[in-house]
Amino acid sequence: MTDHPILEVENLCTTFSRGGTDLPAVRDVSFALCKGQVQGLVGESGSGKSVTLRSILGLARHYGEVRGSVRWQGQELTTMSERQLRKIRGREIAMIFQEPMTSLNPLLTVGTQLTETLKAHTDLGRRARRDRAIEMLDHVGIPAAASRLGEYPHQFSGGMRQRVMIAIALAASPKLLLADEPTTALDVTIQAQILDLILKLADEMSMGVVLVTHDLGVVAQTCDTVSVMYAGRVVEQGDVRQVLQTPRHPYTEGLMRSVPQDVPPRTQLYSVPGTPPSLFSLPEGCAFAPRCQAAGPACQTARPTLQDIAPGRQTACFHPLPATQEDAA
Amino acid sequence: MTQTVMKIDDLHLSFPVSRSLLDVVQRRPGKSVNALNGVSLELQQGETLGVVGESGCGKSTLARCIVRLYEPTSGQIHFDEQNIFGAAARKDRSYNRRVQMMFQDPYSSLNPRMTTGDILAEALRVHQMRPEAEIAPRVAELLDLVRLPQDAAEKLPHEFSGGQRQRIAIARALAVEPEVLIADELVSALDVSVQAQVVNLLLELQQRLHLTILFVAHDLRLVRHVSNRVAVIYLGRIVEIGDSETLFSAPSHPYSQALLSAAPSLDPDDKGAAIQLEGELPSPLNVPPGCPFHVRCRHVTAQCRTVIPALRALEGRGEVACHHAEEINQHA
Amino acid sequence: MSDAVVTSAKSSDAPLSRLQLALRKPGFLIGAVIIGFSTLLALFPSFFAPYDPNFIDYLAVRQPPSWAHPFGTDMLGRDALSRVIHAYTVNMQMAILATVFALTIGVTIGALVGYYRGVADMIFGRVVDAIITFPFLVLVIAVVAVLGPGLIKMYIAITLVGWVYYARLMRAEVIAQMGNDYASAGIVMGYSDRRIIFRHLLPNAITPVIVYWMTDMALAILLGSSLGYLGLGAQPPHAEWGVLIAEGRNFITTAWWLSLMPGIAIVITGLGFSLIGDGLADLLRPRG
Repeated sequence: MTDHPILEVENLCTTFSRGGTDLPAVRDVSFALCKGQVQGLVGESGSGKSVTLRSILGLARHYGEVRGSVRWQGQELTTMSERQLRKIRGREIAMIFQEPMTSLNPLLTVGTQLTETLKAHTDLGRRARRDRAIEMLDHVGIPAAASRLGEYPHQFSGGMRQRVMIAIALAASPKLLLADEPTTALDVTIQAQILDLILKLADEMSMGVVLVTHDLGVVAQTCDTVSVMYAGRVVEQGDVRQVLQTPRHPYTEGLMRSVPQDVPPRTQLYSVPGTPPSLFSLPEGCAFAPRCQAAGPACQTARPTLQDIAPGRQTACFHPLPATQEDAA
Repeated sequence: MTQTVMKIDDLHLSFPVSRSLLDVVQRRPGKSVNALNGVSLELQQGETLGVVGESGCGKSTLARCIVRLYEPTSGQIHFDEQNIFGAAARKDRSYNRRVQMMFQDPYSSLNPRMTTGDILAEALRVHQMRPEAEIAPRVAELLDLVRLPQDAAEKLPHEFSGGQRQRIAIARALAVEPEVLIADELVSALDVSVQAQVVNLLLELQQRLHLTILFVAHDLRLVRHVSNRVAVIYLGRIVEIGDSETLFSAPSHPYSQALLSAAPSLDPDDKGAAIQLEGELPSPLNVPPGCPFHVRCRHVTAQCRTVIPALRALEGRGEVACHHAEEINQHA
Repeated sequence: MSDAVVTSAKSSDAPLSRLQLALRKPGFLIGAVIIGFSTLLALFPSFFAPYDPNFIDYLAVRQPPSWAHPFGTDMLGRDALSRVIHAYTVNMQMAILATVFALTIGVTIGALVGYYRGVADMIFGRVVDAIITFPFLVLVIAVVAVLGPGLIKMYIAITLVGWVYYARLMRAEVIAQMGNDYASAGIVMGYSDRRIIFRHLLPNAITPVIVYWMTDMALAILLGSSLGYLGLGAQPPHAEWGVLIAEGRNFITTAWWLSLMPGIAIVITGLGFSLIGDGLADLLRPRG
């Protein structure tokens, strides 16, 4: 894990404009990812986690302005032309989405969609492409792969469709997988299968993964490092064990404690008061201040920046929670 | 505490699937989706009964049957000694007052053209809960009960966040002073930090108003937290039912075991020993013969493929529908 | 209680009302001006018309447009402009009366069959199929042929055929709205069917019907003029655009203005309704 990072995101800012107002969807997001690592982006709806993911691959350009830097193996992606990006998308960096039904073309067979990807990104011949397609379907755990090449997406169940999506995404052996809530639409038993599959493949292909999710359990079970996002900014990031076991930012703590695990049944749960702010009207100081019990006068007027609080561990808070013994260990 | 308020008896519901012209020409029999295949339940006064299962297992269908949105193909539901699908009960509007439902989608369950005040006042007026002069104060009281600001009364649903809309839905249900609340995935569409607020509100209101709640959800942690008893549903059948803590700490049915172990733990060090289920939920169009779970079960035997296991009491546990419950749980 | 502080979501970030926003669109504004002015002409024709539309002047027949007679005069020497203006009364009345009954009947039937479905819906489907197979005009002419010519009978004929289009639209929209849980919530709350249909579903389902109504008013004017032209609608000496065009028909090579001017009036009024319909679609959509 002490490799050079393959992906470095620095001060990424994405701004949408709606009816004359600029919406700060993503602000100053920075993280680095090494080969074979899984980085989580976790947050609630509107926190900017999905937009961050889309900004990496230049998809957010079409509807917003992207600033900052995204370096992929030394190349700057934010200033790259669409044409150059196209060579990287699919071949080096692949992406999977939440809803597999809408991201597969309903009119083409699964086999056609798989071989098309291979045709675009590899030099394989016709025969070899077909063999590789069968191999990929087999690899993602679709039984009777050869006979299912000729089937259409609607003939697959939700979990199987997500497997097909993964097969297509990984067909050209990319070095980085961007996964946007890949299991949110699936049942828990299927979710476990899909997450296991992604981890197994990432390991085999020594591929980096950026996983966007709102589910802290998914983060805990799959990620090496995690960034917790709130209102477009990273409020805390670091090693997943440290962040989840001893959160230092009150929001991370609030999220963790809102989940009913190891609390006496039928008692009042810890809850974060209020609702996340609208991007139209962000508070002047810390965006979390209106919902924060630790907020002081400084939080209302100044915005805390992300500070190193331990090696590889950062938080953006004027009043971080105390580190416990586990944290020091 | 153990007074039964509602008794659901062998509920079956199948939706016919429209046949294609080809099917009709070839005289193929009409297919149907078997959403419920014999569900029996008793709701006890003042309890919360959790209902869990994967999508398509029939848990929402069950909820909708209870409030008479769906008519079961066979089976009965008794409330207050009366079959709710009987002719006499149908004419009686009071059932719709005494048993209320809250829906999953906070964006479609409120009429977008009515203000919160109108929505609540309508419920009060239709059921003549209060004389006209007391309606406005009662609306204010209801908003207070679900902790919405008083100016919410003049606002339209689109002006609220998802969590606030679910509060309005709760207030609407409580306006008619029901005895039973059916919560169908009440907080599933909400963000985690907001979920806790709504769950807290529900628990508090239950205590204060002595409500009986049927809590339908796919989030196992939430169900465990709010329920006294839990029913696990698989392909339209209850496979296990029992005390919430017993069931969650020691599930007896192989499906319950797999379902519970699949929920990812919040602790990165607890990678758990997730029981991987083979394959996926079979289509409710073709429910397998015998035990509905046998195609995915690790403990399957010849008996499971042909004989449907009945729900039976297991010592020290709840009721389980599995031929091999004893052997499976000895090893555990 | 930790969740005691609940701030309501911000709502008033749009300082402009929806009417103001709609009026900013040039199309809707032009439509509103056209229909507004047309209504004034229809209500007070004598105020705007320079002459009595029925004043016959045999000394000035079929005169080309001039300062005294901007649209010229007809074969009886009547002022063509005054006749076109007076026709607004009949033609705008047509737009309303030929559609409003079809709208009411269609919306009611459409909402009912959409809500109850079942056998009534199947019968409705057959009736719709049967009526829609024929071109609108042909069917209306057939009905007028049975009832006899005249304005009132024309309204009856158009209503008899036209309600189907409203009902079909309303039915589809009600079925779509039934997919929303607020309809289920109404049933669970024990509300009467009438309340659910007319108080909950109808206000949410009516928008496309209102938009179609605007287009239909334009069509009604066109249809009414067509029947007038064929001698089945308004009867001479009533000033009505279709009748005016028919009167000018025999002189089309020598006095082309007699047919052209009422034709332009039809086009402009029709355009006005269509533009308003477009703008209304945005105006009536619920927010959120």
